[in-house]
Amino acid sequence: MSALAWVAVGLLGGAAAAARFLVDTAIAARTGHPFPHGILAVNICGALALGLVAGVALEGEALVIVAGGCIGSFTTFSTWILDSHRLAQAGHAHLVWLNLGLSLLAGFAAVAVGHWLGGVL
Amino acid sequence: MRLTRFDFRRLAAIYAGGVLGALARVGLAEAVPHGPDGWPWATFLVNMAGALLLGYFFARLRDHPEDSLAHPFLTTGICGTLTTFSTMQLELFQMVDGGYLGLAAAYVGLTLATGYVFVRVGIFLERRPEEAA
Repeated sequence: MSALAWVAVGLLGGAAAAARFLVDTAIAARTGHPFPHGILAVNICGALALGLVAGVALEGEALVIVAGGCIGSFTTFSTWILDSHRLAQAGHAHLVWLNLGLSLLAGFAAVAVGHWLGGVL
Repeated sequence: MRLTRFDFRRLAAIYAGGVLGALARVGLAEAVPHGPDGWPWATFLVNMAGALLLGYFFARLRDHPEDSLAHPFLTTGICGTLTTFSTMQLELFQMVDGGYLGLAAAYVGLTLATGYVFVRVGIFLERRPEEAA
C-alpha cells in the first residue's frame, strides 16, 4: 500500500469513529431505553455498506481504504459486547440475547442484501 | 443537534483514537491476509484485544465523570475503532457463501463467547487491585 493510502485509512477511520459517536448519541437521546439501539443501527448500516462494497468487487487500495478504513471503523465489536455485558449486569437478560441475536441475524442479512445489490449495480 | 465546545473536544479525542484504531486494524489485516476457507486471525485478534481493553478502560473510568478526554479517546476512539462488526459479518457471509459452514459456526461462536469473556476479564483485571487492598 502507498503512503497516501495509509493516510486515507487513518483520516477516514477517525471520521468514521466520530460519525459512530454522533449517530449513537443522537439515537440514544431519542429512545431513552437501556437497549443499545444506536450501536445496532450503526452496525447494521455498516454491514449493508460492506456487503455492497464486496458486491461491486472493489479491489486493491480502494477496497482497503473504503472497507477497512471507513466502514470497518464505523462499526464496532467491542462496544456491542460491552453493552451486552452491561445489559446483563442491569438484570435485562432477555435484552442481552436480543442484542446479540438481532445484531447477528440482521447483520448477516444486511451483508447478503448489500452483496446482492452490489452485484446488480 | 447543537454541539458545545466540550463536545467538539470530545469529538476530536474520538477522531484521534479512531485514526490509531483504524491504522492498527488495517495494518494487521494487511499483514495477515486470509481466504474464505481460513480462520480470519486479523479480525479475530483485533476484536478480542479491543474487547479486553474496553472492559479494562470501562471499569477504570467508570467512577470518573466523563469530563476527561481520556475516556472518549480510549473507549469510543481506540477500542471502538480497533474492533469491527461489519468485517466479521462479511467474513461470515463469505464462509457460508463458500460452503464452509463448520468454519462459520466456529468463528461466530468463538468470537462471541471469547469476546464476552475478554470484556469481563478486562473489567476483572482493573478491579482486582482495589478489592485486594
